Amino acid sequence: PKLAAKRNPALSAQDKPTAYHDATHYNNFYEFGTDKSDPAENAGTLRPRPWTVSIEGEVRKPLTLDLDALLKLAPLEERVYRLRCVEGWSMVIPWVGYSLSELIKRVEPTGSAKYVEFISLADRKQMPGVASRVLDWPYTEGLRLDEANHPLTLLTLGMYGETLPNQNGAPVRVVVPWKYGFKSAKSIVKIRFVRDMPRTSWNRSAPSEYGFYSNVNPAVDHPRWSQASERRIGEDSFLSRKRKTLMFNGYDVASLYTGMDLKKHF
Amino acid sequence: MTPTPKQLAAIKVAVFVLALVPLARLVWLTLAGALVEPLQFITRSTGDWTLYFLCIALAVTPLRRLAKWNWLLKLRRMVGLFAFFYALLHFLTFLWFDHFFDVAGMLKDVAKRPFILVGFIAFVLLIPLAVTSTNAMVRRLGGKRWQWLHRLVYVVAPLGVLHFWWMKAAKHDLAQPMLFVAIVALLLGIRVWWARKKQTPARAGVVQQ
Repeated sequence: PKLAAKRNPALSAQDKPTAYHDATHYNNFYEFGTDKSDPAENAGTLRPRPWTVSIEGEVRKPLTLDLDALLKLAPLEERVYRLRCVEGWSMVIPWVGYSLSELIKRVEPTGSAKYVEFISLADRKQMPGVASRVLDWPYTEGLRLDEANHPLTLLTLGMYGETLPNQNGAPVRVVVPWKYGFKSAKSIVKIRFVRDMPRTSWNRSAPSEYGFYSNVNPAVDHPRWSQASERRIGEDSFLSRKRKTLMFNGYDVASLYTGMDLKKHF
Repeated sequence: MTPTPKQLAAIKVAVFVLALVPLARLVWLTLAGALVEPLQFITRSTGDWTLYFLCIALAVTPLRRLAKWNWLLKLRRMVGLFAFFYALLHFLTFLWFDHFFDVAGMLKDVAKRPFILVGFIAFVLLIPLAVTSTNAMVRRLGGKRWQWLHRLVYVVAPLGVLHFWWMKAAKHDLAQPMLFVAIVALLLGIRVWWARKKQTPARAGVVQQ
């Protein structure tokens, strides 16, 4: 279904958007299988409606919102973001949503809220991949509160002018464009405000490979491959060298990390 | 069951054509635009087929002994060369798509990453086997030395599987690598077992003297 939204040019990349078919048929969503073609093939069993998201933890006003409430919480915007996968490929996707900060200010985090934890659905009946033990379910991701409050961090309800396809994290996900794609949790059912840094799924699975921050950083290699360059899906092919990966994926967020050693806090 | 020379020639042609099917499929899928990321698909697929052909080549001797199909030996060189062929494509994919023929950059990457290094060593070790695969080279080296050299495949296959395992390890997605481990362990294990059985009567003989 269509989802009306006005483009926010100030927060949109100039890059050419990836073809809709590629963006919806080539991605990781392990709840539906580990191949990049699996989500599109298997996500038909996900029921994105009815859906509720509970927002809890260190907040003065915990909330449970259904999808209609989420859609009406703030004006929807279209934001064209670069997406860089930790595996070395990238896309450009026009997402639809609003800054997560809109939601955060409504629940009024207390002074002890330092991190935000995102918990995805893990229902064996809807998600065949949850039967496998590739990751600890439910998929859990997290951000520092100031990262979550950054205007670029998008609570996302659609892409390409439509509601999110199941395989891309329907009905609601986050998108954090300066971090590797796996930081952007899909099909979220719970958002918790917590005191301590959450243990995220990938970090638990391979702590030496996937740090909590996982900012796009061409200077910090993945232990098994370089992160200095990437291949843009649908654009870069046999006849071109891979393109250089930009620090923070080209987003101006360095001020969030002043004084931090990004090699250590990778 | 032993095929006539004519049948054997036909079998050879059939195996040759079949062994090219994976390559034809790659080329076809790429040209047809059916792959979202052809480069990754080509890398994975050429790697997979290298391992398949290595396993098939290693299966020839056990099959020959167990089923008494001596004629299988006549296919082994071709199978081995196809293992090398797909390994070469796999390596070229890496050199081309990952490094755009920047050999210095490629070597730096190899040295830095153990999982790539292991695959690279396996590939390098396959080169002398491919080079000495001709009849002339067998004669030049002499059968015994040639055979010793070609036992390198007992090192290459486990290295290839380790390379694959490592690539998959972080994703805890080990069903496929485990299957390769089982197959290669079986194919090498049966050789160890046979070698021991051969030794035992000889030793027994020594004791009797």
